Amino acid sequence: MNIAVAQVRRDFLVAFHARADAVHPVAFFALTVVLFGLGMGPERHAMGALAPGMVWVLALLATMMATEGLFRRDFEDGTLEQLLLHGRPLFVAVLAKLFAHWCVTGLILTALSPLAGLMLQVPPEGLPVLAASLALGTPALTLIGAIAAALTVGLGRGGVLAAVIALPLFVPVLIFGAGASLSAASGASPAGELLMLGALLAAALTLAPFAVGLALRVSQEY
Amino acid sequence: MGRFTTWFYRMGSPRWFFDLSRPWLVGFLVAGIVLLTVGTVWGLGFAPPDYQQGDSYRIIYIHVPSAHLAEALYVAMGVAGIVVLVWRMKLADMFIAVTAPVGMAITGIALLTGAIWGRPTWGAWWVWDARTTSVLVLFFLYVGIMALRQAIPRADQAGRAAAVLAIVGTVNVPIIKYSVDWWLTLHQPASITFTAAPAMPPSMWVPLLVNFLGFYSLVAAFLVAGLRNEVLRREADAQWVRDWVGRS
Repeated sequence: MNIAVAQVRRDFLVAFHARADAVHPVAFFALTVVLFGLGMGPERHAMGALAPGMVWVLALLATMMATEGLFRRDFEDGTLEQLLLHGRPLFVAVLAKLFAHWCVTGLILTALSPLAGLMLQVPPEGLPVLAASLALGTPALTLIGAIAAALTVGLGRGGVLAAVIALPLFVPVLIFGAGASLSAASGASPAGELLMLGALLAAALTLAPFAVGLALRVSQEY
Repeated sequence: MGRFTTWFYRMGSPRWFFDLSRPWLVGFLVAGIVLLTVGTVWGLGFAPPDYQQGDSYRIIYIHVPSAHLAEALYVAMGVAGIVVLVWRMKLADMFIAVTAPVGMAITGIALLTGAIWGRPTWGAWWVWDARTTSVLVLFFLYVGIMALRQAIPRADQAGRAAAVLAIVGTVNVPIIKYSVDWWLTLHQPASITFTAAPAMPPSMWVPLLVNFLGFYSLVAAFLVAGLRNEVLRREADAQWVRDWVGRS
């Protein structure tokens, strides 16, 4: 457990000193919300029905952007090698690292999502479910995106490649996340979709760190 | 060592595969061409028309085998990925390299024939229905494997990275399938399953079965041919390859 605490503390410290890394995805999210608002035109009624899905897609893209460079800094300065060499369970270290990462990206996006939803005319009764679905969905996205990030970490221009690899794997999370938000916005019960989202998160929590560890070991040999 | 173990270790040797696979290639190719010709002519020309869809259903003889292969090939890549990571078998790595483009092409055929079939029966080229969506996602999973392989310069490393991705993708294929199944589904349920008698008369499903086997044989021929090329490319510096090139 010590390794997890040490990893989280260290990553928070790094995140605090490299604040821009956490700000960029949030700024990207806010800007794309504005662009969507402008692109859809001022028709309020047309927007409201689609808005939960739009917020979800934008949050998904922002998470992808943030996750893509997750291991790059550690790879460049050699920290990643130490992570693989220290002999303690890699699963725990990876999980702790992803938790710390999610706290400075997905959590902030989740907190901002009701605001984004309001701006895009999501009905007020849909806002809590939008935030709840993102709270369950963004950690799952981070876990899945981390696999792609780990596979492409050694490649100079891995950004778009990581997205091409990860986006198809995001499909189930998007379906249930956006589904829950859309159900709630139209007055139906979102319970089923939220439960499925929780199941996806549980599966990702138990399986993805193994895949990330495996991918990091392959990538470290570049 | 048991017979199987010996066979298994031999399969790991690209040279052994190369020496042995020529008759397989010819056999699969001949079987594929014959079966596909028989099945397609039978299905398009002689099978009875459908009572609702008329003649437009006949695209089933191309669509169903290719859609089935699209998924089967991806799962095969996932199995090969495990073999790559556990036993570091070169041939399994080559199998992934060769299967990805073939699988992508087959998935493309399934999507294209599906769209053509969808136009007269559903009234739209594309619908966001469960199965069409999951096959489209499958297409992008193939794209991802190819893109990853091409981005990594070192062959053995590209192989292992692609193996990890193939396994992750294989775990995801059923999740994607079931998640989209929850939507309102327009696509009919599977018409032929292993557990129940087919819902169509033999005059319809026998040519389908022939085409099924034909597709499998032809794709197997493509894969064997691709693997042979891949073996030659990777082992280009080996003496036996030089000897073989000198002889032929």
